Amino acid sequence: MKLLVPVKRVVDYNVKVRVRADGSGVETAGVKMSMNPFDEIAVEEAVRLKEKGIASEVIAVSLGVAACGETIRTALAMGADRGILVETDAELQPLAVAKLLRAIAEREQPGLIILGKQAIDDDMNATGQMLAALLGWPQGTFASKLEIAGETIAVTREIDGGLETVSLSRPAIVTTDLRLNEPRYASLPNIMKARKKPIETLTPAALGVDPAPRLALVKVVEPAKRQAGKKVGSVAELVAKLKTEAKVI
Amino acid sequence: MTALVLLEHDGHAVKQPSRSALAAAARLGGEVHALLAGSGLAEVAVAAARLPGVTKLLVADAEAYAHALAEPLAALLVALAPGYTHILAAATAMGKNVLPRAAALLDSQPISDVSEVIDADTFVRPIYAGNALATVRSADAKKVITVRAASFDPVAAEGGSAAAEPVEAPASQAGSRFVSAELVKSERPELTAARVVISGGRGMQNGENFHLLERVADRLHAAVGASRAAVDAGFVSNDMQVGQTGKIVAPELYIAVGISGAIQHLAGMKDSKVIVAINKDEEAPIFQVADYGLVADLFKALPELADELERGA
Repeated sequence: MKLLVPVKRVVDYNVKVRVRADGSGVETAGVKMSMNPFDEIAVEEAVRLKEKGIASEVIAVSLGVAACGETIRTALAMGADRGILVETDAELQPLAVAKLLRAIAEREQPGLIILGKQAIDDDMNATGQMLAALLGWPQGTFASKLEIAGETIAVTREIDGGLETVSLSRPAIVTTDLRLNEPRYASLPNIMKARKKPIETLTPAALGVDPAPRLALVKVVEPAKRQAGKKVGSVAELVAKLKTEAKVI
Repeated sequence: MTALVLLEHDGHAVKQPSRSALAAAARLGGEVHALLAGSGLAEVAVAAARLPGVTKLLVADAEAYAHALAEPLAALLVALAPGYTHILAAATAMGKNVLPRAAALLDSQPISDVSEVIDADTFVRPIYAGNALATVRSADAKKVITVRAASFDPVAAEGGSAAAEPVEAPASQAGSRFVSAELVKSERPELTAARVVISGGRGMQNGENFHLLERVADRLHAAVGASRAAVDAGFVSNDMQVGQTGKIVAPELYIAVGISGAIQHLAGMKDSKVIVAINKDEEAPIFQVADYGLVADLFKALPELADELERGA
């Protein structure tokens, strides 16, 4: 079984983002970029499935500017076998991403596609569900555990009230939650090896997809800042303030 | 212009986040219909018909919807979509699972986690863990929207009288099957609906120590939450996580105990009205957003706090 793992290049999770003064977006120039953390979990899960002999090949896909090739290299260094880069300077929204991934899935015929549940930049939490819909495949979102037995995949999902397990028939879509695994660090030899692994470059046009965004960005602003309040000296003072000043208890 | 709101329920009552989604739908300015889907809906349909502002209640009572799986629910929404300009649900685990799937089938780019409705086409949504607010305008014929419940005061549970109408379940190829659920039973209010939330972080050291929070929670009728660090460390279960990728809460009072204040945690609670932080590290970033900060050892402060509240009661 082939596995497909889409990986997104995002502003590193440790960076405190700054909104551009003209309201046109968030400053990304000169900012450290990394693989979306949920996608790292997806790559790790795919590589583990290969190590267990369940998967035959792991293909990492990234969509966007040429630098997304670096994100694919990271996935290759973690253990993916080859990469596909769909190169475009267009802003890609989840619907366009799902259409591009559908086109790749139709070419590659994977048995399972594992995606991060959300990207930490646009926080949309949509691409996996949309790709599942376009392919007509079942979906197991927000996965904290994955068990593959023959043609079915048992996915334990993190839901609001606790956990839920669903059984999916292959091919299927899984999106990762935080507790699925802890991604490995790529070792230096594996980083060197990854340089030799192949990356194919495609374009949206070659895949027959119009990537034009459907949501127009009107503006981006900073949220109202909370002012740091005061320190209280004791529990008794805290309770008194909550009662008489904040009036919340 | 008519909006359809997919309700979430437990077979008895409609969940509070869905009532916030109804409040957001009302802001669009058109008529609002609600969709109740599940199996054995007689009781909850009576409750749902009383939701204010809903002029029609669609009831899809079928075994296929018993566990709110995304595949049949998305197919149902698509079948109903011709009558609507907007399809909404609360941005809960269920709404986030189902609505993007329906949106793709409608060739619409979903608008996730909306925190403000500007007009019928224009919405505000947080990005980058709430460190920026994006205003977006949708060009799609049908808007598919999940609603950040903490940003909209819920409509009342009663006061309306919607006409209920059964709807047929369209055929949908399944491919997925419900196996089991392990739901955490709690007498406490739900995190997303509680007036007071008290959360513990890595500083709690282990799961047993959460009883210290529970004693305070008992006095305040509070829900108990946790930081991602506490959940990742296995202290408590995932349903308690407050943060960017967990639950978003905005209670009257949020008490953060032993939580340093990572960006992804702040994303889940910084819209709370009053924030209290208890942490022994006075440099902890949580103090930068707290209205009241207490630099103290939580193992001393929590029992004291419970005692103080008991004395005052």
